[in-house]
Amino acid sequence: MFPDKLNIPLGKSVNALVDWLVVNYGDAFEAFADALLTVLVWLEHLLRATPWWLVIVVIAAIAFHASRSWKTTLGLSLAMVAIGMLGLWDKAMQTLALMIIATGLSVIIGIPVGIGMAMSNKLRAVMVPLLDMMQTMPSFVYLIPALMLFGLGKVPAILATVIYAAPPVIRLTDLGIRLVDKEVLEASRSFGASRAQILWGVQLPLALPNIMAGINQTTMMSISMVVIASMIGARGLGEQVLTGIQRLDVGQGVEAGIAIVLLAVVFDRIGQSYGKRSQRTTTTGAGDGA
Amino acid sequence: MSYIEIKNIYKIFGPHPQKALTMAQNGENKDDILAKTGHTVGLQNVSLSIDQGETFVVMGLSGSGKSTLIRHLNRLIDPTAGEILFGGENILQMTTPRLNAFRRAKLGMVFQRFGLLPHRSVIENVAYGLKIQKTDKAERLKSARTWIERVGLAGYEDSFPDQLSGGMQQRVGLARALTTNPEVLLMDEAFSALDPLIRSDMQDELMKLQSELHKTIIFITHDLDEALKLGDRIAILKDGALMQVGRPEEIIMNPADDYVRAFTRDVNRSRVLRAKTLMQPTSTGNDTPANTTGWPEVDANMRLEDILPIAIACPDGISVVNRDHQKIGTLSKDQIIAALAA
Repeated sequence: MFPDKLNIPLGKSVNALVDWLVVNYGDAFEAFADALLTVLVWLEHLLRATPWWLVIVVIAAIAFHASRSWKTTLGLSLAMVAIGMLGLWDKAMQTLALMIIATGLSVIIGIPVGIGMAMSNKLRAVMVPLLDMMQTMPSFVYLIPALMLFGLGKVPAILATVIYAAPPVIRLTDLGIRLVDKEVLEASRSFGASRAQILWGVQLPLALPNIMAGINQTTMMSISMVVIASMIGARGLGEQVLTGIQRLDVGQGVEAGIAIVLLAVVFDRIGQSYGKRSQRTTTTGAGDGA
Repeated sequence: MSYIEIKNIYKIFGPHPQKALTMAQNGENKDDILAKTGHTVGLQNVSLSIDQGETFVVMGLSGSGKSTLIRHLNRLIDPTAGEILFGGENILQMTTPRLNAFRRAKLGMVFQRFGLLPHRSVIENVAYGLKIQKTDKAERLKSARTWIERVGLAGYEDSFPDQLSGGMQQRVGLARALTTNPEVLLMDEAFSALDPLIRSDMQDELMKLQSELHKTIIFITHDLDEALKLGDRIAILKDGALMQVGRPEEIIMNPADDYVRAFTRDVNRSRVLRAKTLMQPTSTGNDTPANTTGWPEVDANMRLEDILPIAIACPDGISVVNRDHQKIGTLSKDQIIAALAA
């Protein structure tokens, strides 16, 4: 047996910290939660109020813009129709709203952090273990304190999703910038480009294929969080899976599971097509594929 | 004082260069310093003076520090110790904004692997330096177009770099460096990645441009033939230290040590040596015009390879004349053969 004397009461300190945060900063957390909730609720209303065919038309338009392929566009539209035919359209829109907000937040936080990591080895040394932790820590561990700080519902679900889904876009932004050809950077510097000119004119455009791959992975991971998020009160497709399991209604679980997969496929194909296009413009010029 | 003065530059690579620097300044050997401190000596006490308008070639094998040296001139790398002066101004004391302004106004650089922006078209690449300077778009595209034409790439304005051959990409690199009209052109192994024939074309192109533009060119190469062809003066670098600095003929005729001599052994001497280097100078006092009547005249700057056929046709001798057709010396067939055989 490991001697008890050497035990560190880490758990107690964490409890004390969370209590202290709730007591002293409860209002601030609530205000933040309210702001996030307002945006989410607005988006959810918008998606649910929009006629189903219009949503499909918009998704088809985005799919075509990304892929320039009628086949892909048709396939993805059919996937959305299938979700509706499973009777899960409304739930899917709730999930979609949650996903868009969580992914958007991940990207807004992730790209600047990734840029910072590429610029500073010190920040990188701090961030890499932190990102490892974010990806491996069981999500329930941070769901519970999130619940205590933000209450039950959508906001802790979004935050948990961001913690889980942001690492890929951060890592790939960092990697993409670090992979930019050293001689191209030297050329840019030798012409007297400022740091901002190098970042916007050289580093970000050349890192774009990697950043797009990161955004795509982040999107996929945020979809995979919907079931866990439903356990703390987020509505949507995850909720269907959860109640299906609770009532031993396998059929309902499978239906909702398929809908989640279809949604994931739609976003993956769109994301990948954008990734490929950005690659084409950075390596062989304006899409002629020479 | 020369236009560019490099004074006692040391460059030590590693996290704590100070101790290694002291050792290097005490003249210790590069390998000993690496063994004792784990630091690599990149440049060791390099001092050079480069004049405005000259083509100055730095020659050395890989690892000799030549690419490190050229990067000191625009401070892509900062030295561990020493001074670098441009027209009397110490560039090492410049703040970042001042340095960027200096790079924009005075310097252009051409890279071994071209360093072109892969996501920008040829014309955008060529206009890049002006874009950095926030020049008006119409104006920068106009100058870019002029230079694209001048390096022989008219018609390729909207191509992307990876659609061009290596030689064409380097023409883009050259045009890009020239578009900002810099005083100084830094060329880091600019032609080394090209096929021999293309390389020779580019060398001729550069010499032609230089005869019109009179830039100060600092050219890095590992190829002595290239150095001898392009350079007004050549510096030979080994293990971060200067071995010899001199005009091409001086390097060939009087190599400073065995290292330089080993380099020059395989050089085609007839391409480097000129009439004025070999000739027997005519002192104005004992000029004997009678002896030389009927001798063919050659220009003092003519290369041996061009004189050779004349020498074979006229075994008596050749007169060497300067630009004003005044006779300044004589050459005999024996002298030429001796120079070639050396």
